[in-house]
Amino acid sequence: MHMQQPDESGRFGDFGGRFVPEALMPACLELEAAFKEAWSDPAFVGEFRHVLAEFGGRPTPITHLSRLSDKLGVRIFAKREDLAHTGSHKINNVVGQTLLTKRMGKTRVIAETGAGQHGVATATAAARLGLGCTVYMGELDTQRQELNMFRMELLGARVVPVTSGSRTLKDAVNEAMREWVTCVEDTHYCLGSVMGPHPFPWMVREFQSIIGQEAREQMLSRGEGVPDMVVACVGGGSNAAGIFAGFANTTSRLIGAEAAGGAAVANGSPGVLHGMKSMLIQSEFGQIEEAHSISAGLDYPGIGPEHAHLAATGRAEYVPVSDDEVIPALQLMSELEGIIPALESAHAVAWIIREAGRAIPSGSSVLLNLSGRGDKDVAQVREMLKGQQ
Amino acid sequence: MKSLERALRQIRGEGRKALVPYFMAGVTPNWRDYVHAAIQGGADAVEIGLPFSDPLMDGVVIQEAGLRALNAGTTLASVCAELQQESFSVPLVAMTYYNLFHYDGLERAAGRLQQAGITGAIVPDLTLEESTHWRAVCASSDVATIFMVAPSTTSDRFVQLAAATEGFCYAAARMAVTGRAAGAGDAQRVVDSVREVSDVPTYVGIGITQPEQARESSAFSDGVIVGSALVARVLAGDSPVEIEGLIATFRDAIDG
Ligand SMILES: Cc1ncc(COP(=O)(O)O)c(C=O)c1O
Repeated sequence: MHMQQPDESGRFGDFGGRFVPEALMPACLELEAAFKEAWSDPAFVGEFRHVLAEFGGRPTPITHLSRLSDKLGVRIFAKREDLAHTGSHKINNVVGQTLLTKRMGKTRVIAETGAGQHGVATATAAARLGLGCTVYMGELDTQRQELNMFRMELLGARVVPVTSGSRTLKDAVNEAMREWVTCVEDTHYCLGSVMGPHPFPWMVREFQSIIGQEAREQMLSRGEGVPDMVVACVGGGSNAAGIFAGFANTTSRLIGAEAAGGAAVANGSPGVLHGMKSMLIQSEFGQIEEAHSISAGLDYPGIGPEHAHLAATGRAEYVPVSDDEVIPALQLMSELEGIIPALESAHAVAWIIREAGRAIPSGSSVLLNLSGRGDKDVAQVREMLKGQQ
Repeated sequence: MKSLERALRQIRGEGRKALVPYFMAGVTPNWRDYVHAAIQGGADAVEIGLPFSDPLMDGVVIQEAGLRALNAGTTLASVCAELQQESFSVPLVAMTYYNLFHYDGLERAAGRLQQAGITGAIVPDLTLEESTHWRAVCASSDVATIFMVAPSTTSDRFVQLAAATEGFCYAAARMAVTGRAAGAGDAQRVVDSVREVSDVPTYVGIGITQPEQARESSAFSDGVIVGSALVARVLAGDSPVEIEGLIATFRDAIDG
């Protein structure tokens, strides 16, 4: 089975669609048409790939994590999105969306951000193309990720702290959508994950699928063949969708690691939020619950609709990983492999550590999507380790 | 034709412009007193906000009211149960987000509204394209589905939305969420676009905060919706009597 094209209404099976105020509908339709047209234009695709090569640092390598592999008794390969420009996979999506923004004749982008990685990436791509940029960031995250906030400002973006609700990613999305209503004529909303109204989940997955395409070629050309498992962390699910896209039509098992405090597949139910129907963590009265995770990028009570569909069909599995597994995983990865992973990516590492020899049979080959580097998290991790002593 | 549209067409037939205030259910323990006060003050219908955790179409005032209501334990079921205990002399219309109905189950939610005497629902995140199931469920009830049109609405969508809306058509005066009055707004163009393709009553909302604005907008439409300006007063502690007085100033301005 391949990753699907959504149907006319933007559905993956039962999930997806378009649930936005009428004021935004024309913009969603315009975006869908513009993306379809651009994505079938070799000139646009060529420019996208060219920018990712000369500016984004692609292709990113695959690294055999030999010491971690020896310790766990499985063969682990890491797709090194941490080495992409701005330190995570987020650059793939924003290069695509900002090029599309220009093509649509818009002059400005807005974005939400959790950990700050998508905000930094958007500010970066906007600077390169001379687009105005405003980023909405939950007030709690501006405290957790102070340096990323300053980074965005250095890049010429305006950062607006969001004080409503849980003051994290969910509320940053609400605020960005409210703002989009007021400026939709000249502004594109550069959504950071495979979520939101159609065409975002599909478009963002297409831009991120370069991860999976590269990884598949790289695994084959090193003689490894298709891995037994592909493992990625899931906030909204863009890095996971990107790498899954390269292996959905193979025999690889696909695993998404969600933060236990935001495990939409394990603990959620179908609902409608942020323009999409998907799996969401909700109260018994249909109010959306706040997620809780040490990683700002996974602090989200939902999951992208295509993942909800892959979970429903059983093609992919989604597993919760708790906060206290994550720091030891980050430490082990740092000490054994010389790679400090982002807290988000450390969820995928933690699942591999926990399940090696159990859900992951000994001797299996595992492809880990190392979605980002941990530099942004070092101060937070230091505080947490101090607290443990 | 559902009872809401019959009532609203009759108001227009009498040469009267409709005044539709909005209140958030559950924002205070005596929230229903504000509804009665509004009717006393001259409201022709009342919008009842059902609080949702993520109100995408609302500005800070209604967000705050929703938060207070949620913290007080307000649910779709609790609001409907409270409303069922009373009767109101004008139509009530719910305004909320689709997840509340989706979670409850569409049949059950529509049944609750009907039993509570709510004769219409404005669900801003339920697009025309996604509304088929909800409208089919409501077809066998007296609950009308009210659609919004906006300054960005394209001509083909004006035709579809004006044809689909029941009761009235909600014309957003500006590209903004509730409670943000910036600039003069595009209300007249939006209303005219509906008028060109339909004779459904068309009311202007989003950013109407002053009686004078209400007068201007009602001159070229069939009525006005006033939300955040009232909710802000309720949040500030105004009594129902004070709200009745405020509504009366809107009434006087509209009636000229
Ligand atoms: C490094 C990294 N990985 C993963 C994520 C989660 O996003 P997604 O699930 O869309 O890949 C983030 C989000 O901020 C991130 O910064």
